[in-house]
Amino acid sequence: MGLAFGRLGSGRLFIMQHTGSDSFRSPLGQARGLGSSKSGVSHWWFQRLTAVCLVPLTVWFVVWMLPLFFQAGPDALMAAFQGLEVAGPAMLWNICVFYHGALGLQVIVEDYIPSEFGKMVGIMLVKGLSVALMVVGNLAILKLFLMR
Amino acid sequence: MPKPSHARPLSPHLQVYRMGLPATLSILHRLTGMVLYGGCVLWAMVLVGMCLGSSAAVYAILHTPLGYVVSMAWVGALYYHLLNGIRHLFWDVGKGFELSQAYLSGWLVVGFTLLLTAGTWGWLLAV
Repeated sequence: MGLAFGRLGSGRLFIMQHTGSDSFRSPLGQARGLGSSKSGVSHWWFQRLTAVCLVPLTVWFVVWMLPLFFQAGPDALMAAFQGLEVAGPAMLWNICVFYHGALGLQVIVEDYIPSEFGKMVGIMLVKGLSVALMVVGNLAILKLFLMR
Repeated sequence: MPKPSHARPLSPHLQVYRMGLPATLSILHRLTGMVLYGGCVLWAMVLVGMCLGSSAAVYAILHTPLGYVVSMAWVGALYYHLLNGIRHLFWDVGKGFELSQAYLSGWLVVGFTLLLTAGTWGWLLAV
């Protein structure tokens, strides 16, 4: 809490109470509705966060899952999901991969679909599909895990 | 935005400028991302198939020639996207922006992608 000093366009000085808001916009700017109407930072940040999580998860996937699918037999494959060391990372992988993929596909929709309505439809489809696949995939893993 | 009444011409780009390594790897990052998402749709279907009791069928399909081709391509895309993604993360903290560095890291990504993909499949199919 404190005082903020400023100068209007007309040259007049003004004093306002500073509420401690962390917005980079001055109170006058906010009142006038200046600046961007959107925010892309959370998209950028979660894209990087899920990417970092996916680095070890991908290593796990390659080292654990690929041999299960291509070297062990189908029974060993199913039995493996009853262990937490497969089911746990597999569920985490699902969450991160579909979150990261949804953010990536969203950017593709925004880049290549020109109309605003088309963008909205495209983004809803992408996010909806990703959530559905993630939930269904994790439910399947849960069922396999509980099959012991 | 309302549709303009005349479609104004775009300045030519791909017909004029040669795409160097950084630009090529950038679009490849996007393409591999899309391929990986498609593969993850299949992955979800594999999980559902397994939980419905058809793991034998799922396993059999994966081991057809088409199954192998799709899986190998997906793993290749995965390695490329992972390595180039790490390259992107270095850029995010401000490192490696000089053109020579971008080219070096780019060629390293390509080289290790090929090495890791070939190595992984050599190992998976050898046993």
